[in-house]
Formats: sequence, structure tokens, C-alpha cells
Amino acid sequence: MARKTTKHEFKSNTMPAIVTVGPVAILLLFLVVAPLIFVAIMSFCQTDEFYNVVYKFTASNYSKLISADYLKIYGQSLLIALITTVLCILIGYPFAYIIARTKSKKKQLFYMLVIIPFWTNSLIRIYGWRTFLGSSGWLNKLLVTLHIVGEPVDFLYKTGTTVLGMVYCFIPFMVLPLYTAIEKLDGSLLEASSDLGARPIKTLFEVIIPLTASGIFSGCLMVFIPCLGYFFVSNILGGGNTDMIGNLIERQFKSANNWPLGAALSIILILVTLLLVKIYQKLGGDMDSLGV
Amino acid sequence: MKKARKEKRNKRISIAFCSAVYLFLFLPICVVVANSFNATTSKPYLSWKGFTFDWYIKLWSNSSLLGSFGNTIIIAIVSTILSTIIGTLGAVGIYRYKFKGKGIINGLLYIPVVIPEIVIGIALLTIFSNANIPRGMLTLILSHVSFSVPYVIFNVRARLSGYDKSIEEASMDLGANRVVTFFEITLPVLAPGIAGGALLAFTLSIDDVIISYFVNGQTKTYPLKVMESIKSGVSPDVNALSTLVLIGTIGLVFLTQSGVLSGKHKKI
Repeated sequence: MARKTTKHEFKSNTMPAIVTVGPVAILLLFLVVAPLIFVAIMSFCQTDEFYNVVYKFTASNYSKLISADYLKIYGQSLLIALITTVLCILIGYPFAYIIARTKSKKKQLFYMLVIIPFWTNSLIRIYGWRTFLGSSGWLNKLLVTLHIVGEPVDFLYKTGTTVLGMVYCFIPFMVLPLYTAIEKLDGSLLEASSDLGARPIKTLFEVIIPLTASGIFSGCLMVFIPCLGYFFVSNILGGGNTDMIGNLIERQFKSANNWPLGAALSIILILVTLLLVKIYQKLGGDMDSLGV
Repeated sequence: MKKARKEKRNKRISIAFCSAVYLFLFLPICVVVANSFNATTSKPYLSWKGFTFDWYIKLWSNSSLLGSFGNTIIIAIVSTILSTIIGTLGAVGIYRYKFKGKGIINGLLYIPVVIPEIVIGIALLTIFSNANIPRGMLTLILSHVSFSVPYVIFNVRARLSGYDKSIEEASMDLGANRVVTFFEITLPVLAPGIAGGALLAFTLSIDDVIISYFVNGQTKTYPLKVMESIKSGVSPDVNALSTLVLIGTIGLVFLTQSGVLSGKHKKI
């Protein structure tokens, strides 16, 4: 075993390797790999008349996935996720840039003010929006009092409201990797660019954005993918009018009780995720810069 | 002169823009806090009826709300301890030893990070239900451990990449065995990474809505309790509790950022 035996090394590393890596391996096997394989199997199963899963092969769940109603919802999901991602970049990039490059002593405070909402439960925050935007909510009270509108406007249950909630939930996931990437940016490069006569807009597109591309890519991935599955945002703010793939899956498991169909829908989400991660890696994205 | 004026204008635009973003980030939080002082007593508890501290007192007699919060805390503490132990051991083992399947384990660690939570949630639900594991506290804790462990490993690994192995050899030269060396040398060096990972595991557990929603059975956590009551109108004692949690969160953020627990943002 031990070819390069120094006197401290044990004769075998098997025991320590098992003790340290064993628990993680067991965890990944039983709580990550097995459940996902099981979902894949279930997506080919049938249900009996009591909605119990019957382990008999069928491809019908997948043929149900291409119904017109569902196709509309996939389109809507992709559109909402895409708009959310674009808005997160448009708002998050300049914001991250300003707080990452500020020379103010309050920089750390600015950073903390991003972390605090991020660490506050997303459901509570979405419920705060509902309180604010509802027809008897505070925004309407304000608008009516100021005579801007005569009747309360119902801001809820619209696509725009769901997008607002999604942008709200995910903007920290965009800002934090961008902040890290922009903070690493060497200021002298920007000076060099402007000394050599580049206009600020040229510096932005030819120096700043290429150098912070890794942050943009990982931010996009961390916004777009989870956005497809955040069913409670569209439930609470969209009220069933802005269903996404996540809502379809949730319903199959919680009310419609057609687990095999829900499993097949989940397989779509997994495939979309794998595809996007592959693209991310092709673009030179580092897996370690994902996560929070 | 012209340049100075332009810079001043740019600065003003920057400040206005950032203020607007912060307003956006904090608006719903302020609404939740404000409504915790609302004297209204009728559903849906939206119209402002004056200022009161009543909800902070009533909160203590709402046993189902307090119970759900207790569940959240128990699950967070237990799953943080478990995932910190499993993750730290795993990070050290993966870093140090050569074994078959190392690449596979490394790849699998990214699954809970990138796959949408809803998929993880339903996948765990199907496996628990098929294995006849009754859904409740146990399944909640297991699920939370499963999505927290990768984050602990990433944090500890970041610390390991700058780690000088020779101090362990020195320890063993001086007669300490492997276990003593691990506890006396390796752990203290890795401590900031471990603390950062544990903190992340804790906040992930407390914040989790989606995965818990599928594996909870009859056990309610605090976010699930809120979700249940959203349609009918959340009574302001929930807002009062959220406000108290927010104060705790602010405390925790200040604690980490001031470097008491120097987390992932500071390397060796």
C-alpha cells in the first residue's frame, strides 16, 4: 500500500478514509442519489384508481407533458425566469458595482444591508409584499388617500407581481457573486483604459464586463434555475394566474396526488438544470463559485 | 471644473440608485415589522388601527405558533451539528486521501446546490414514503442535513486549500497520534471555515420553505405555519415573532461581519 512510507504514515489509509468520507458517501447515496433515481423510476410508473403508485411501466406521463396547457406553462415559466434574470442583472450589476468599488468607510455596512434581507425568511418577505400590494393593502391606502387613484387597484395576481416577487427573492443571489467578482477587479486596469483614451462606456464593455463575466454567469445560474421551482412566490403573489413548472409539480404531490406525473415534470427541471450547468461549464464557469 | 461637476452628478445618481435598491430590499421587511405594532383585531389584519405592543404579549400564549418556531430551532440546531460534523470530516477526508469514487463524490456534492429545491423536496418525499419512514421531525432533520452538508464542505475546503500539512507532521513527530493531531492541530486551523459552514447550514435550515413543505408530515415549522395562514390573513403575532427573529438575524450578521466568527470571506 504505502509506497512512500514516511515513518508517520500509517500502514494503510483505508480506515481513516472510511471514517472521514464514509458518512458523506452514505448521505449522498441515500439522500441525494437514491431519491433522484427513484424519481426517475417513478416517472415511468402508473397510478391505480386510488392514486396509489403502481410499479408498472408506462410512458404516458411523458406524453401528458406535451399537452397544450402544459406547454403554455413551460413557456410562461421560462419567460418569467428569463425576465427575472435580466432584471436581476440590470439592477444588481450597477448596485454591486457601486457598493463594491465605494471608497466610503461604510462599505461593510452596505454589504451587511444586503445580507440582512438575504438571511430573512423569503416566505416572510413575500408575505410582506402581499400585505403591501393587496387591494386593501398599504400601497392602495396611500394611493387612494393621495387621490392618485379613485378605486383601490388590485396589484396582486398578475404576471408582473410574480416577476417582482422573483426579482426580490433572487436579487441577492445575483448581487453577492457580482460583488465578489467586482471587488477583485484591479483598479489600475480601469485607469489604464481611461488613460489610453477609452470612453467610460468602452471601458465598461471591453474591460469591466469581461473581467467580471464569471460573476455574471454564476449569478444568472443561481437566479434562473431556482426561479423555475419557487412555487410559493407565484402562489402567494400570482394566485394561480402565473403558474410555473414548480406549481405544476407541487400540485401533483400535494393536491392532485399524481406522483408519477409530478416525477416526470421534475425530470424536465433536472434536464434543464443539467443543460444550463453544462453551458455554464463550457463558458468557463467555475462550479465552486456557485452556492451562496 | 466641468469634470468635477460631472463627478458630483454621477455620485448623486449612484446614491439615489442604491437608496432605491435598499428601499426595495427592505420595504416588505418594514411592512412586516410595522404590522406587528398594528392594533387591528379583525381579519385580514391590514387596516391600521393604531400602535400597540399587544401582539408581542399575545405571542406568548399562541402555543401552536411558538411550537412551530420551537420545531424550526430544534431542526436547525440538530441539522447544523450533524452537517457540520459530517461535512468537516468529509472535507478533510476528500482533501487528504486517495480513494476510488472521489471524483464521483465531488460531483455529487453540487447536486443539492444546483438542482431546484422543489425537485430535492419531492425526491426526498418519494423515498421517505417508499421506505415507510414516518414524515416529521426525523425526515425534516435528515433533509436539512442533506442540503447543508455540501455548503459545509465547500467552506471547510476553502480553508484547507491554504493549509500547510507540515504542521500535522510536526505534531506527529512530537509523538501525537492521528486522533490527537486532528483535534489539537487540524480542527483549530480549520475552525473559521467550520464556523462559516455551520452558520450557513443554520441559516439555510431556518430559511428553508420548499424542501420542508414536502417532507414535514404533520410537523409544522415556522415558515410552514406562516404559509398555511397566508390565504386567510396572518395575525400580527406572526409579525411580532418575525420582528424578533429579524433582530436576531441582524445581530448574527453583525457578529459575523465584524469578524467574531470570521467566515468564508476571510482566508488565512
